[in-house]
Amino acid sequence: MPHAFPLFPQQASTLAPAVDHLFYFLTAVSVFFSALIFLLIFYFAIKYRRRSKDEAPPKNQVINNIPLEVTWTVIPMILVAIMYFWGADIFVRNSQPPPNATEIFVIGKQWMWHIEHTNGKREINSLHIPEGVPIKLTMTSQDVIHDFFVPAFRVKKDVLPDRYTSEWFQATKVGKYHFFCNQYCGMGHSLMRGWVYVMTPEDYQKWLNSGVSGTTMAEQGETLYHQYGCITCHGTGKGPAFQGLFGRPVKLADGQTVLANEAYIRASILDPSSQIVNGYPAIMPTFKGQVSEEQVLQLTAYIKSLASKERNTGTP
Amino acid sequence: MSSSEVAIKPRVHYLNVDYGIKSWLLTTDHKRIAWLYLISITFFFAIGGVAASLMRLNLLEPQGLLVEPETYNKLFSTHGIVMIFLFLVPSIPAVLGNFLIPLMLGARDVAFPRLNLLSWYVFMAGGSLVTYALIAGGVDTGWTFYTPLSTMYLNTHVMATATGVFIAGFSSILTGLNFVVTIHKMRAPGLTWFRLPLFIWAMYATSIIFIIGTPVVAISLALIVIERLFHVGIFDPALGGDPILFQHLFWFYSHPAVYVMILPSMGVISEVVTALSRKKIFGYHFIAFSSIAIAVIGFLVWGHHMFVSGQSIYAGLVFSALSMAVAIPSAVKVFNWTATLYKGSISYEAPMLYALGFIGLFTIGGLTGLYLATTAIDQHVHATYFIVAHFHYIMVGGAIMGYMAGIHFWWPKISGKLYPDGWSRVAAIIIFVGFNLTFFPQFILGYLGMPRRYAVYPPEFQTLNVVSTAGATILGLGYIIPLIYFAWSIRYGAPAGDNPWKATGLEWTTSSPPTTHNFEETPVVTEEPYGYDRIAEEIQVA
Amino acid sequence: MIASRRKYKLHNSQAVIAEQFDDRTQQHEAASLGMWIFLATEVMFFGALFTGYTVYRNLYTTAFEAGSHLLNARIGAFNTAVLIGSSLTMALAVHAAQTGMRKRLMAFLASTMVLGGLFLYIKFALEWVHDYRDGMIPGLHFTYSGPHASHVAMFLCFYFIMTGVHALHMIVGEGVMTVLLIMAWRGEFSRESHNHIEMFGLYWHFIDIIWIFLFPLLYLLGAHY
Repeated sequence: MPHAFPLFPQQASTLAPAVDHLFYFLTAVSVFFSALIFLLIFYFAIKYRRRSKDEAPPKNQVINNIPLEVTWTVIPMILVAIMYFWGADIFVRNSQPPPNATEIFVIGKQWMWHIEHTNGKREINSLHIPEGVPIKLTMTSQDVIHDFFVPAFRVKKDVLPDRYTSEWFQATKVGKYHFFCNQYCGMGHSLMRGWVYVMTPEDYQKWLNSGVSGTTMAEQGETLYHQYGCITCHGTGKGPAFQGLFGRPVKLADGQTVLANEAYIRASILDPSSQIVNGYPAIMPTFKGQVSEEQVLQLTAYIKSLASKERNTGTP
Repeated sequence: MSSSEVAIKPRVHYLNVDYGIKSWLLTTDHKRIAWLYLISITFFFAIGGVAASLMRLNLLEPQGLLVEPETYNKLFSTHGIVMIFLFLVPSIPAVLGNFLIPLMLGARDVAFPRLNLLSWYVFMAGGSLVTYALIAGGVDTGWTFYTPLSTMYLNTHVMATATGVFIAGFSSILTGLNFVVTIHKMRAPGLTWFRLPLFIWAMYATSIIFIIGTPVVAISLALIVIERLFHVGIFDPALGGDPILFQHLFWFYSHPAVYVMILPSMGVISEVVTALSRKKIFGYHFIAFSSIAIAVIGFLVWGHHMFVSGQSIYAGLVFSALSMAVAIPSAVKVFNWTATLYKGSISYEAPMLYALGFIGLFTIGGLTGLYLATTAIDQHVHATYFIVAHFHYIMVGGAIMGYMAGIHFWWPKISGKLYPDGWSRVAAIIIFVGFNLTFFPQFILGYLGMPRRYAVYPPEFQTLNVVSTAGATILGLGYIIPLIYFAWSIRYGAPAGDNPWKATGLEWTTSSPPTTHNFEETPVVTEEPYGYDRIAEEIQVA
Repeated sequence: MIASRRKYKLHNSQAVIAEQFDDRTQQHEAASLGMWIFLATEVMFFGALFTGYTVYRNLYTTAFEAGSHLLNARIGAFNTAVLIGSSLTMALAVHAAQTGMRKRLMAFLASTMVLGGLFLYIKFALEWVHDYRDGMIPGLHFTYSGPHASHVAMFLCFYFIMTGVHALHMIVGEGVMTVLLIMAWRGEFSRESHNHIEMFGLYWHFIDIIWIFLFPLLYLLGAHY
């Protein structure tokens, strides 16, 4: 199918036009200065070319001009300052997702992407999202550093082992767009890619509900909560209760106060002795090697679902 | 009187004073050591160049034309490691720096000639280990060796390669040390700091980076080797290690390393532009101080390689601001070089063609650096072909063209011979055209979203890849031509004479080639450098 | 010129100037600046290790303290005294060279070598061998089973790497001192010309200073005396 020769990827997110406008500004400045230098060099090289082999060096050589030096130092400083602040503004605004963002979970491993929606629907090497809704990806790697890059959204973030990173975007155009692994990760790096499918919200809901076993991530987490015996402590007061926990500050035994976010929950499951909650004994065993990254996310989803419940230390 | 009756005794100089192999391999003459480096790095350039050619051929097809992804991964790793550590980092410092610094200072040699020879042997030891690793099967870590991939997930020759680079790094450290002491302590009488050629200022700034930066990458690579050898978890998250710590340690050197690769070229351009336009350099002090500023600020910007790596956004903002700052001294240089051309007497021999090409291409390369320093844009173009294009504009369009300018400018002094002027201009133009055709399309590819280090790619990127490969073919041919005529000139070139460019500078006051001890008598300097304005007045008065 | 040409003549009567230098002062200043710059590179070399150490100590403070308790601070303190003593003998050696006293120079060089050798003996034979037996060497023989074993292993990694790199520098120093001792015996140093001794003195003091940082950071974490 014939198409125009593209110089830019499609703009398919709320961020894309902002990044492109900044890009145009930088390109205008770059074209201006490149052209200026090229033309000056060309012009001088021709106008002041040596006309004879024994031509003497030019007389009255101007070799210093402080006002000129200041000018061509200050003007670039102003221009780069504009670039800096403009870029920093976009960058900072885009660093935190809106509070109502839909969460989707990404696990990268050599050399494929596991993606899970909160209702339990899974996909591999593809990402279905609704248009017009902010989406927050919470990502981790099971092995080396990867990166989740969607050119049409103008956004990427490295995906790290043993830690969560996140990026967010809001798609503005229905369609399908590449996503790439963008941090060299070994043999299959260039094959570790797929499509983001942006759908209308209605189509997305249909897709989301199709072929799902009926258990959401939170429900699967609750099953694990019983299966791994977490309830024996956390449901009886021997360990901190989960009601009203997620998103709140937690005081630790060493005096620090931390936020009960995804990273906190994960560390508590896989390395509990690193963060003992104040007032509780350090008796929780580690579940490292027993619980997969996906199961950690499901348990976290369950704990999140209890965030709005009232705290009590009795049995649930 | 017939010619046979007049016996002319051939002049003795540093090249013909002794032809034995020991006189070369055990030399302490900085000029011969420069030749040793010249031959070594040309060999490594060929290896890196072959790797690049195979890469670009492979990229003709979206599914990969020639090799499997595992092999492609080894090719780009080899290309990066060899080109950066074994070609670009030593290139101008070890070849032109070694040859010229004592001459420009009016000295007989560098401060520590035996240390200088040791530097070459250390370089060869490191380079040999890397070459061995290559022949044994190569490495596929990328030149950046990111963990935990390089420490735990690859079974290629990581330890040998990392150790080879570690060893070669000490060569840079010793050379940097030698140069700083030489510049401080061995200047001829009257040669004050602000009478120094700008090439010396550039080499001084470069040497500071060698000294402060290289030891850190040495430790980074040593830690990788230790982790692999002893199966410990220094960077392994499962054992409490932090892969991002590796990135900080690695980039703390590797960012200043890029200034190591460009500052010497800038020094060469300062010399060539002034000599071949027969005009005193414009803004001497500004150019001199800008070299120091680049070296200093260059140590503060490494985090701009890590905007999306999981670094905090505050760190990102600080590094972005400092990265903007480091662009300013480079801009100052470009304007000063251009102003030097104004009302000059400009000739178009190869050194000037390369210098003019440098100014244009470095401008583009430097400006595209601003895109990468801008956090919001880098979030899109990081690790795509945009950055590949950016650094090749600086490294090839900048550093290598500066190296070529320098070799062409000082070849008469180094060899005592002239190379064919016509062919040298043709090669310069071929290189310029081939270079732009290779790398400009990559800016577009990058913004479109093509990631770097991809052996296969989506089909819509093919056209630009084909254009880029076509350019690379032209570029490669362009580099072969000088190899041929330089070799030819050693035997058949016309004698150069002491000062074929009629340039100022102490190196041009001695014979071509110089004697082993450079000067019959230590020169005494009484005037500013680049005294073309004085020459003009003298001619006017005469 | 051919590198095998001897740059220094025998006997201490004439100070010899290498051919690239104009006079003795220039040669001395160049050697001095060169050694200081080399020490700057060493600061950066160890500095990278100290940086890694600092990052992990911040993350795993308790485990690092536990790891530190596994080390024998008494032996470490004794070794510190030994090394400081060797710096004293080295300083006295430099002074002997500056005053042209050949026998004294040799005696103090030899003392420095002995003390340095003692340090290395204690470190390798008394500390590291026992550490191996006690299962304290990550990657080779590690049997620690307390909490956060992997973080304690991280501490011990840095302990062995940092003291190992330090010991390597000392071994090189012992080698250089052997050469210097022979040169001193052959009378190659004089009041006017003893750059090698002075420059090596700088190096040896630097190695000592590195140890003075290593000792508290490795041996004395969470110590209560």
